[in-house]
Amino acid sequence: MMRLETEINGKPVAAEVEPRMLLVEFLRDQCRLTGTHVGCDTSQCGACVVHLDGVAVKSCALLAVQCQSRKVTTIEGLAQGAALHPMQQAFHEHHALQCGFCTPGMIMSAVDMVERHAGDLDEHTVREELEGNICRCTGYENIVKAILAAAETMRP
Amino acid sequence: MNKFDYVRPTTLAATLDLLRASDEPMLLAGGQTLLPTMKQGLAAPELLIDLNAVSELVELSVTGDGIRVGAMCRHATVATSGAVRDKIPGLAELAGMIGDVQVRNRGTIGGSVANNDPAADYPAALLALDATIRTDSRDISADEFFVDLFETALEPGEMIREVVFPSCRSCGYLKFRQPASRFAIVGVFVARHRQGVRVAVTGAGSAGVFRWTEAEAALDGNFAQQALTGLALDPQQMLSDIHAGDTYRAHLVQVLTGRLVEALGARSLRVRT
Repeated sequence: MMRLETEINGKPVAAEVEPRMLLVEFLRDQCRLTGTHVGCDTSQCGACVVHLDGVAVKSCALLAVQCQSRKVTTIEGLAQGAALHPMQQAFHEHHALQCGFCTPGMIMSAVDMVERHAGDLDEHTVREELEGNICRCTGYENIVKAILAAAETMRP
Repeated sequence: MNKFDYVRPTTLAATLDLLRASDEPMLLAGGQTLLPTMKQGLAAPELLIDLNAVSELVELSVTGDGIRVGAMCRHATVATSGAVRDKIPGLAELAGMIGDVQVRNRGTIGGSVANNDPAADYPAALLALDATIRTDSRDISADEFFVDLFETALEPGEMIREVVFPSCRSCGYLKFRQPASRFAIVGVFVARHRQGVRVAVTGAGSAGVFRWTEAEAALDGNFAQQALTGLALDPQQMLSDIHAGDTYRAHLVQVLTGRLVEALGARSLRVRT
């Protein structure tokens, strides 16, 4: 077991973990942050995307111990109290989900995408950049609309 | 995943000591291949040496005649680096085509090169650009480095420090990818050097990345798509799997090489399959 001290959604977290524990397992099983999902577990589907020091990563392809002294943000860390993050709000308004399983990963990737492009996104870029997130229900139409709408709201 | 011990050294010297003092060590770079492989039980190190805190390995710098890319430089870093885009735009473009956004945020050049997956992108760039792999103890040319499927010239206890790329007159990469895994079914990198053209092919060869020397000779004489007419690769030397048969792969190599040559001739790299 190893001592892990990290920050999750702005709060310091300390725990004893096995080196082989994946970040997604730590988030779900130990921190009870079950918004981050395990889809494929082979780093293809993107249901497990979180931010590590503000950068989108697949938490099924990262060890929990690698987050020592780092900052992790999960879907639970986006809303400010009762106020949804603009991306969450846009997904809600545009009905950018059906079963909802891929949604947390979609939103975390979308926030990263908008921040990297400084809010300047077009449909082609959004579709290209969703390559790491798979949705089996929606056909992506409303997801793309939601991200473009949120990009407007989030424009600096 | 099997149990292992985990260490995170902060210097190259400490990393090498750990690497040489343990029985079954493995180096963890970006982990985008190694961790999935460990989950499947296909790799089971006793000691996992995490390189992510070794700052000596993340340098990316311009040299007199090219670029040095530290082993732990992420694909996203290379793809967006102004220096790389300026000096060797085809390399930045290739880095931006690896995996997906999240994989590029973690995956590293050193990890990709050391793994030598037959469908990985970077080996094609190193081979066509005539790069040098600089380890802790020696320099290895890309021609010598890539030996066979998942096999390189690295000795046990040896590790990659950086990859040194000479600049070239022009270069580019074209990839026909497997849409789910985003690995190359066929990827072709063409580089025009002062000494001649180099064509490297990934994804297709049954022994991994290779140079298509017949195409190089033809393009040396005439850098045009037509120069490739009549050239054919032997399907028996190609990989064959559920995604693409050997004859199809051999055909794709020729088509992609032709398109890339045409695009480079027109000085436009915005070609997609």
